[in-house]
Amino acid sequence: MELSDQIAQYLVSGLSTGAIYALIGIGFAIIYNSTEIINFAQGELVMLGGMFTIFYLNTLHLPLPLAILLAVASTTAAGLIFERLTIRPLKSPTPLALIIITIGGSILIRGITMMIGGKDTHALPAFSGSEPILIGSATILPQHLWIFALTAVAITLNKLFFQYTITGKAMRACAVNRRAAGLVGIDVKKMVFFSFAISSSLGALAGIIVAPLTMTSYDVGIMLGLKGFCAAIIGGLSGGVGTVLGGLLLGVLESLGAGLISSGYKDAIAFIILLLILFLRPQGLFTKAQTERV
Amino acid sequence: MRRILLTLATASVCIFAASISFASSATIKIGALFSVTGPPSFLGEPERNSAKMVVDEINAKGGIKGKKLELVVYDTGGDATKAVQAANRLIKEDKVVAIIGPSTTGESMAVIPVAEKEGIPLVSCAAGSKITDPVKKWVFKTAQNDGLAVAKIFEHLNKKKISKIAILTVSDGFGASGREQLKSNAAKYGIQIVVDDTYGPKDTDMTSQITKIRGSQAQAVICWGTNPGPAVIAKNVKQLGVKLPLYMSHGVSSKKFIELAGDASEGIIIPSGRVIVADVLPSSDKQKKNLIAFVKDYQNHYKAEGDHFGGHAWDAIMLLKGAIERGAETPAAIRDQLEKTSGLAGIGGIFTYSATDHAGLGKDAFVLVEIKNKDWSLVK
Repeated sequence: MELSDQIAQYLVSGLSTGAIYALIGIGFAIIYNSTEIINFAQGELVMLGGMFTIFYLNTLHLPLPLAILLAVASTTAAGLIFERLTIRPLKSPTPLALIIITIGGSILIRGITMMIGGKDTHALPAFSGSEPILIGSATILPQHLWIFALTAVAITLNKLFFQYTITGKAMRACAVNRRAAGLVGIDVKKMVFFSFAISSSLGALAGIIVAPLTMTSYDVGIMLGLKGFCAAIIGGLSGGVGTVLGGLLLGVLESLGAGLISSGYKDAIAFIILLLILFLRPQGLFTKAQTERV
Repeated sequence: MRRILLTLATASVCIFAASISFASSATIKIGALFSVTGPPSFLGEPERNSAKMVVDEINAKGGIKGKKLELVVYDTGGDATKAVQAANRLIKEDKVVAIIGPSTTGESMAVIPVAEKEGIPLVSCAAGSKITDPVKKWVFKTAQNDGLAVAKIFEHLNKKKISKIAILTVSDGFGASGREQLKSNAAKYGIQIVVDDTYGPKDTDMTSQITKIRGSQAQAVICWGTNPGPAVIAKNVKQLGVKLPLYMSHGVSSKKFIELAGDASEGIIIPSGRVIVADVLPSSDKQKKNLIAFVKDYQNHYKAEGDHFGGHAWDAIMLLKGAIERGAETPAAIRDQLEKTSGLAGIGGIFTYSATDHAGLGKDAFVLVEIKNKDWSLVK
């Protein structure tokens, strides 16, 4: 096979993994923008999405679409309970305390899932078959199309919500200046609550649409969470196009790196990029130093 | 967490019970080190379950020559340091006459010096060939050597006149050992490795590696790993439309793999212990009776299918039982009798130890199975 054909395949594979990173990254960004918290439990919400779907599908024998809806709802509920029990009661929410709490929370969620659901890996059935589709000289699966489509829809809806609804605007106000937003009568706590709801459901969605390809188990959240975080950092923690591009870029670089250099460096690539961005361009690749965030 | 607590509770009850019955020698104490938690829990959990099951059964039938067995299990969490600590505790505090486990090669290598120094027979349940090569006086093992699985695959490749292969191994202990065996045995079978690539145990997309293999001269692909990686690879291979024959290691020879890989598992060939094909074995097979009994018992006790990992612990207990039945009671006598084990039909194969072979199994411990219609079928 020609090298160009190989590269085409690397690109296609990279873009599809990247779309997932983007979706997870957006979850990070939304919470960061309304609370200034990096929610390290975001990865566990992704895991919960997949595991809840497996539960509804295999244990309660519900049809797939219903299982997915219920899983998104359950994960959102889990995210909100998490916010209620851990973030809100905090008297002095210093960034360090919040980071430690979310990391602790993620370990807790992982542990509970392991105890209840066991340590096994599970696979979801693909949404619409697994016959490969030929694109030029590269092949993808129908599931990849689902990933692209659902990611695009989720991100567009998000953008519209933040741009055109009162609640969305209020959340953006919190992002710009929390105290000022409070002074003009915006219920900041409510907005934080909303941001957890949105990012939990986005996380759950990401966890569900990748599960047919990558499978899921109680411990998939760590890596997915870190990659999503990396995407968000590349995008300067913006809730929009920046993070999407960040995710796609990360996916493509990983895939090219694994194919052309060595697969041993795959994860290293993500973290080298993360460190470089944090050192050289902490505001992200695509933003100027001062712009609006959400 | 609950499991750890349970294990701790069990362990302390055992210690308590032990202190009561210490004066009487009516029980024979066997120690067990399994990674019931941690990454290798897929090995340790069935191993502990099987060991408990078989000890209970022996005791229910009146023990060995009137003496009951007592199993003291410690969870190592897959950690070599913990395994060494637990081994010392088993020997010095619990005063066991023999130890079964640990579950992984790394832990076994760490525990070997302890067993050697203290003179306690160790029957490891891990697969790495270096555990018993070179032979160590006190160390035996039940899991089939990786090399035997490699040989089985290479013989099949020879039969199919395939000489150029790609290997894709997981970057952990299991994969590294497999990779070493694949590379060192290839020349002997006239096989050339044209692509030698790896993947991470937690990787979720291996299309890059497979694209590289697709662009090479390889005529077959051998993948060496444990779930879930190989299931992802099977799906990726199908996605990329690679038509090369795909071989996997015995690390995935459980129904779980078929469940995970789904349709993509069709046609994959795996070297495996006989346990997964117990019901389709010819009735002349020496292991068949024990295999079927093991699978059925495990199903009754734990509502899950007995796999060959649990079988390693079953074999270890049965080997010790044999040695004790032949009159051994002290660690030294048990060691000597273990070495005299001959033709014991276990789960992993037919064990015959000798002064120069403490692994005890031949190539026939593996059969090749092909996945057809989501089930195993024997490759003739």
